[in-house]
Amino acid sequence: MTTEAATLPKPKATPGKLFIHLIFIVMCAACIFPFLVIIGTSVQSEGDIVKYGYSVIPKNFTFDAYRVILHDPTMLLRSYGVTILTTVVGSLVGMWVTTTYAYAISRKDYRLRSFLAFFIFFTMLFHGGMVPSYILMVKWLGLKNNILALILPYLISGWFVMLMKGFLQTIPDALIESAKIDGASELRIFAQIVLPISKPALATLGLFFALQYWNDWWLTLLYVEKDPLIKLQYLLIRVLKNMEYLNSAEAIEYGLVKPGMMVPSLSARMAMCILAAGPMLLVFPLFQKFFVQGLTVGSIKG
Amino acid sequence: MLRMMKKNAGLSMLALPGFLLIIIFNYVPLYGLLLPFKSYRYNLGIWNSPWVGFENFGFLFRGDVLYRVLRNTLLYNLTFIVLGTTLSVIVALLLYELSRRFVKAYQTILFIPYFISWVVAGFAFRSLFDMEYGVINRLLMTMGEEPILWYSEPKYWPYIIVIAAVWKGLGYSSVIYYAALMGIDSEYYDAAKIDGASKLRQAFSISVPIIKPMIVMLVILQIGSICYSDFGLFYNVTLNSSLLYSTTDVIDTFVYRSLIDLGDIGMASAAGFFQSIVGFCLVLATNTIVKKINPENSLF
Repeated sequence: MTTEAATLPKPKATPGKLFIHLIFIVMCAACIFPFLVIIGTSVQSEGDIVKYGYSVIPKNFTFDAYRVILHDPTMLLRSYGVTILTTVVGSLVGMWVTTTYAYAISRKDYRLRSFLAFFIFFTMLFHGGMVPSYILMVKWLGLKNNILALILPYLISGWFVMLMKGFLQTIPDALIESAKIDGASELRIFAQIVLPISKPALATLGLFFALQYWNDWWLTLLYVEKDPLIKLQYLLIRVLKNMEYLNSAEAIEYGLVKPGMMVPSLSARMAMCILAAGPMLLVFPLFQKFFVQGLTVGSIKG
Repeated sequence: MLRMMKKNAGLSMLALPGFLLIIIFNYVPLYGLLLPFKSYRYNLGIWNSPWVGFENFGFLFRGDVLYRVLRNTLLYNLTFIVLGTTLSVIVALLLYELSRRFVKAYQTILFIPYFISWVVAGFAFRSLFDMEYGVINRLLMTMGEEPILWYSEPKYWPYIIVIAAVWKGLGYSSVIYYAALMGIDSEYYDAAKIDGASKLRQAFSISVPIIKPMIVMLVILQIGSICYSDFGLFYNVTLNSSLLYSTTDVIDTFVYRSLIDLGDIGMASAAGFFQSIVGFCLVLATNTIVKKINPENSLF
């Protein structure tokens, strides 16, 4: 639809403008082409894939791959469960700790303001790296195979705090002053005045958090070996790397497929990818506006 | 005075949970920077493990792996900084020429790769480069050419990696610059039009100079993390194929492999230490240079 609209001559269309449109149409096509291949392949029959390779338009349309995967979706649903749980809890808690911290360092009358601001800023410049974090999580906190390992490490980060601070700084002091004169506590001011007027910024922050938790496979890769805790994206890594994964003993053992069932592995891999990534891919673009908003606010120098 | 204390206490209570998390997850691990100077024993812990001085670094510097991963990391990141920044500024400038509804449509599509994980990106690239069924090899075969063994030929990967990085990041980074362009007062352009300045001239004399502080800031941040790589890109898009390591192995993948696959904590922590220190020095150095040239553009 987009491409059609773009090629329609506009009242003020100049050759230069048309050329720019052409560039963008080509770029957009290149952007989504691989996804179309994934979708096309997932509804293709196994024989056709072997014969013609992956393609956007299926020769023989079939839902076999989906039928096989959804026949007994226990494992898939469990992964969805873990992913949804970590995303919801992580985003909510993360938003709370990030916003409270950012609010404190955005208040000009707060005495620890510059110390706390530097305290978080420094973490953006210098970090200990993978090995110390791994030892912290596994040895000192003992969080291997614990769902907390999939939540805690992302709760607060310099980027998000700076993003929120940039926004919260724009709240007029007078608003907070007047509440203080009325004798409201800091917690109350924060919850009843600051949070309600920060809704757009909170929406942005929430989306960044949700995206981060939803797309995470790194924490699973490092800290989880037990199946019940495997997140969707990590499940996909296994399917991606091992062509025949869905036909392997491991997949049967995990209840991903029924024993004795021959899985059309080529199309099933792609179907798996769509079942795992598709829903979010449809949801996130709806909120794109908030991302763009967030980027503009967050770019204010700290 | 009492009111002052009370007020501060309230804000401190609010900041406390975040403060504690930062200590635990950002500052406590810094203690682990002692690791490379120790021969780490799991049962003894960091402090009680014996000191070995620079032995771990010796192993690291003697092997040719460090040279390889360092070269790959730096070259890729330099390419990303130069090419990525240039392309996103150009795309932003082009978007700026178009009307809102087109901008929205194009942005929505260019943003799609940003919303997916590197795992799904791995699927996307595999659908193109798969050696048996991939779109590209099938195309080569129809044209009568030999199919290429993409996942075992290191020489193609510098291009594929750069394409993948641009493909995934362009939508996001161009939006940052586009948003900055939107903030420019239209009077500048009106004045330029009266003077008869061309679009190209306007872009270079008005748009770019105005968003320059932002470009500088983002480049400094990227230089600061020039020793770090997007692990997902190098791990998932390459399918972690060991045949490709000569052009796809970066510090992060090397540290990960040493730590998880080989369990070589000494080597992994030495490489990580190197990464942290060099990275930190680079941020400080870049910022100092920028401050000298133009204090307003510096980060801190």
